[in-house]
Amino acid sequence: MQFMLLFSRQGKLRLQKWYVPLSDKEKKKITRELVQTVLARKPKMCSFLEWRDLKIVYKRYASLYFCCAIEDQDNELITLEIIHRYVELLDKYFGSVCELDIIFNFEKAYFILDEFLLGGEVQETSKKNVLKAIEQADLLQEKTETMYHSKSFIGYKKAY
Amino acid sequence: MALKMVKGSIDRMFDKNLQDLVRGIRNHKEDEAKYISQCIDEIKQELKQDNIAVKANAVCKLTYLQMLGYDISWAAFNIIEVMSASKFTFKRIGYLAASQSFHEGTDVIMLTTNQIRKDLSSPSQYDTGVALTGLSCFVTPDLARDLANDIMTLMSHTKPYIRKKAVLIMYKVFLKYPESLRPAFPRLKEKLEDPDPGVQSAAVNVICELARRNPKNYLSLAPLFFKLMTSSTNNWVLIKIIKLFGALTPLEPRLGKKLIEPLTNLIHSVGAGRGADRAVSAVLISLSSGMPNHSASIQVRPARAGASPPLKYLGLLAMSKILKTHPKSVQSHKDLILQCLDDKDESIRLRALDLLYGMVSKKNLMEIVKKLMTHVDKAEGTTYRDELLTKIIDICSQSNYQYITNFEWYISILVELTRLEGTRHGHLIAAQMLDVAIRVKAIRKFAVSQMSSLLDSAHLLASSTQRNGICEVLYAAAWICGEFSEHLQEPHHTLEAMLRPKVTTLPGHIQAVYVQNVVKLYASILQQKEQAGEAEGAQAVTQLMVDRLPQFVQSADLEVQERASCILQLVKHIQKLQAKDVPVAEEVSALFAGELNPVAPKAQKKVPVPEGLDLDAWINEPLSDSESEDERPRAVFHEEEQRRPKHRPSEADEEELARRREARKQEQANNPFYIKSSPSPQKRYQDTPGVEHIPVVQIDLSVPLKVPGLPMSDQYVKLEEERRHQQKLEKDKRRKKRKEKERKGKRRHGSLPTESDEDIAPAQQVDIVTEEMPENALPSDEDDKDPNDPYRALDIDLDKPLADSEKLPIQKHRNAETSKSPEKEDVPVAEKKSKKPKKKEKKHKEKGRDKEKKKEKEKKKSPKPRKKKHKKEKEERSKGRKKSKKQPPGSGEVAGEPVHNGAPEEEPLPVRGTSAPPPHTCDVRGSLQEDSQVTVAIVLENRSSSVLKGMELSVLDSLNARMTRPQGSSVHDGVPVPFQLPPGVSNEAQFVFTIQSIVMAQKLKGTLSFIAKNDEGATQEKLDFRLHFSCSSYLITTPCYSDAFAKLLESGDLSMSSVKVDGIRMSFQNLLAKICFHHHFSVVERVDSCASMYSRSIQGHHVCLLVKKGENSVSVDGKCSDSTLLSNLLEEMKVTLAKC
Repeated sequence: MQFMLLFSRQGKLRLQKWYVPLSDKEKKKITRELVQTVLARKPKMCSFLEWRDLKIVYKRYASLYFCCAIEDQDNELITLEIIHRYVELLDKYFGSVCELDIIFNFEKAYFILDEFLLGGEVQETSKKNVLKAIEQADLLQEKTETMYHSKSFIGYKKAY
Repeated sequence: MALKMVKGSIDRMFDKNLQDLVRGIRNHKEDEAKYISQCIDEIKQELKQDNIAVKANAVCKLTYLQMLGYDISWAAFNIIEVMSASKFTFKRIGYLAASQSFHEGTDVIMLTTNQIRKDLSSPSQYDTGVALTGLSCFVTPDLARDLANDIMTLMSHTKPYIRKKAVLIMYKVFLKYPESLRPAFPRLKEKLEDPDPGVQSAAVNVICELARRNPKNYLSLAPLFFKLMTSSTNNWVLIKIIKLFGALTPLEPRLGKKLIEPLTNLIHSVGAGRGADRAVSAVLISLSSGMPNHSASIQVRPARAGASPPLKYLGLLAMSKILKTHPKSVQSHKDLILQCLDDKDESIRLRALDLLYGMVSKKNLMEIVKKLMTHVDKAEGTTYRDELLTKIIDICSQSNYQYITNFEWYISILVELTRLEGTRHGHLIAAQMLDVAIRVKAIRKFAVSQMSSLLDSAHLLASSTQRNGICEVLYAAAWICGEFSEHLQEPHHTLEAMLRPKVTTLPGHIQAVYVQNVVKLYASILQQKEQAGEAEGAQAVTQLMVDRLPQFVQSADLEVQERASCILQLVKHIQKLQAKDVPVAEEVSALFAGELNPVAPKAQKKVPVPEGLDLDAWINEPLSDSESEDERPRAVFHEEEQRRPKHRPSEADEEELARRREARKQEQANNPFYIKSSPSPQKRYQDTPGVEHIPVVQIDLSVPLKVPGLPMSDQYVKLEEERRHQQKLEKDKRRKKRKEKERKGKRRHGSLPTESDEDIAPAQQVDIVTEEMPENALPSDEDDKDPNDPYRALDIDLDKPLADSEKLPIQKHRNAETSKSPEKEDVPVAEKKSKKPKKKEKKHKEKGRDKEKKKEKEKKKSPKPRKKKHKKEKEERSKGRKKSKKQPPGSGEVAGEPVHNGAPEEEPLPVRGTSAPPPHTCDVRGSLQEDSQVTVAIVLENRSSSVLKGMELSVLDSLNARMTRPQGSSVHDGVPVPFQLPPGVSNEAQFVFTIQSIVMAQKLKGTLSFIAKNDEGATQEKLDFRLHFSCSSYLITTPCYSDAFAKLLESGDLSMSSVKVDGIRMSFQNLLAKICFHHHFSVVERVDSCASMYSRSIQGHHVCLLVKKGENSVSVDGKCSDSTLLSNLLEEMKVTLAKC
């Protein structure tokens, strides 16, 4: 997979993940172009389109479009499946996910994606494992955060 | 300090966090840009603060802004700062920001190398995880090279979580640094059989991607994958494996047969589920490439009847794959496919078009193209129409016009296509016209007549609003009319058409062709007139030329101008001669004498070099400033230009001539000096009015055609049917009869070999094989590969044993000399290699020893503690450290053990003790991040039967070396080890030390305290140890080139010292290896029994050695920028050597 974009029906980008190094300018250009093309398509049309030398696989979930670019030889259906799996993961993590969850916790959305895909390839096919990894990382994060707070608290005491 | 922190956290309360930012943006819908620029200012303020939490928050917000499209490249450095935070919370944010915003052009990216290396070796798997994830997004060739070895080590990490990430990221590393593939491949292969399914699937993914690009290197893995395929239940993995087999089967046909059974099983088992047909087609698509699987097409049809759009699309896609192997089974679905052309989804239509391409035959070509033409008319949207147009042309011209039986029909199709409005593909049509006219001799007459009518209606084409596209056709038309002017029915008429004032509105390069071909036409008219004896007629033509040419002379396009003025003078001259009644036609037409023969594009390359001809030999000694050989094609062109006015040389080198013409044509088409001027819009408006009034298109041509006016291709379809009918009726006499009927039906090759009834004889044949290729052309198709293919570099034979030179660089420092003397680069590398085998041996030995001891002890007493040390040193930037840990007798047993991948040294220091502490292993890494910091990673392994917990490590600081402790803890506090150890388990803990001066060796005393808990209760235990930092451990193996080395010695600011050791019997080679190994030197140069060696300290001291071996002794002379360091080093070296 070359990249994944999430955008809203209004064409606002909600998430972007690039597995090929591109300059910001190119990224912006590609994003703009794709958002336009995909949004222009009617609901009954098929989820695949050929674009430049890539294939675009997209799917709409509520107000969000999930859009992946894959290479010519890649399998479209498995890409759809990947999108779906990602949505399932988000859903499990946030508990019936909505667009706002992704907007306000975009870093979490990225972390989940990173646990699921790495370098454009599926890293973990088990939903359970992905969520477990995220939970544990979150736990670790909370721990260090509380540690941080408690430390600053100690510092506070010492200062007086 | 504490105050500052408090201040930081108070400040933080007033900072916006991410949620506030997002909310703010949503609340400022009208003046978003203003709001954001205000936010960015705030963020900049926040980034200036020392508090890492504030910074991380700022970076997090920046990441969000980056997604909205704002440039955050200015904050790259701050991102790195956050990445290097020790708290996971911040590190995570830092890496996220980096992975979103860094790319190969980010210059600070090289600063991350050491941070990433540190995180990769972090004891926390999540630290390592985020580092790997981040790295996968922004890995550059440099990063790949520097970190390949670290990542490779991680592939054998104890945690599957890390293993799978490491395996996946290796693919990215391979792409950036192909040299790493061979050394890493064996381990990758191992991972295919990893107990963890995640790791296994990651390995399958990577190998599948690799194999897809260069399948032949992976054939040997087929049995392994076959096993995986039959045993795995993970569909994701299965699909990848099938895809891999798709790539492998074309190379090994036997594989295909073997696969049929498991695949059919799969299809049936998957077919039961809910996504039944989905999965089926997924499987089909992966496999159908090259597999003898007939069931494929049977399955696809129901899928397509089901007709949800994605399935329709995939059905078509699958068909196009099947088409390659089983064209017949697809052709029966022609109607379905044509229906798909009406689908409202463009992707489906395009797929259907692709299929049509493969489906045409001589029989149905006309019919299919006719259908396509109706679609062209109906199509809305230029993109799709353009696509249709190109497809029509592709379909017709495929495999050398194989399916075209009637070129008149084809030409008329092309002419019809010119009426398309606003197409971008004018040049494509033009190229086809030229190609057909040149290569199909029999069609020229017809082509010329069509072209002349096109020229006649040129104003129509040229005046349409999107003129730039289709008017390219005029280029071809003008050229064809000029070149084959002898076929023109009314040359005079055409000449006038070409000289119309409106022509000047055309783009420059087309005008230029017009001018050139006007003369050709003129020449042929002149000849006709003179032969007919119409001197007046001839003069009238000349007069026409003289009158009209000046309009081109005024052209803004240089090429047009130049050609026109040249020709104008020529014509004026002719006029003078004509006035004197001199016959000129002969000479004028000699300008363009010579026939144009088609030459295949690669023909020149394929001419075999005659024996005895050395193409590389100089004919004359080269002039100082002569043109290079490469410019030959151009030279040919110039030469040809010069001699054009002359008479053509003899027929003998007709081929040569043809080539030059081709070259000329090419040149005209490619000439960058043909600046395409677009006339000012004003002018255009003046010219265009009244277009509607100009009678066009329906011109009655007095060409002996069966079709009046511009022939419609449809009529050809009918004609063709008739023709075929006739063919059938008069099978025997067919050829002769047809030749009479359609004069153009002359075929160059009298008879075709045995035609079946199916086979329809074409009316005209394309010359290609016979004429366009030189005799004894070599049947080669090399150089078809794209040299820019990034995957090509990965085409590596993986079965060959690994050569020494290919091993991954363990630690490489870029130094200035690299570019200067790269040819010597392999010296230090080779040197390094030699260490490896030895170490392994040692390892084995030790292991054996350990085991024995353990057994012994276990017999004796309570649980046997053992401490094992793994040392690994990593230098970052310029830091290296070796440590040996000693344990005083009475506590445990320490045994050094050499570690993975040739990481530096190891001193086995077995010590035994009485109580029952946990054995451990330590792994030392220098860290780059801050000056003179060293990370000591200690692997603690519990060899006892108790559970060990509450471990704390305390070290007595010396003046020079200090352990870095968590904030707020005092010097005497121990550093807690963040885990417990059940019996038989090992884990790694990291401790950081700060070292002030490196010129002297250091020893640090330390204690590991812990609670051992077993069935009998818990006991508090202690284990003392000593950390030894030798001077050698501050050295970094740095390759040095002899030129740089010599310079260094000459510089004179190094102090000198020497030692001599007697009684050495070891071979010199081994001796050097030992020095390299234990003291981190690299050999610069070796002559007989004398070698120069070099190394650098982490603080940048240069150390040069000259090692000489005498009979039974070795002398070492050293030079170093610090004398204390040198003498200490030499002392250490003496100890090492004395042991030899």
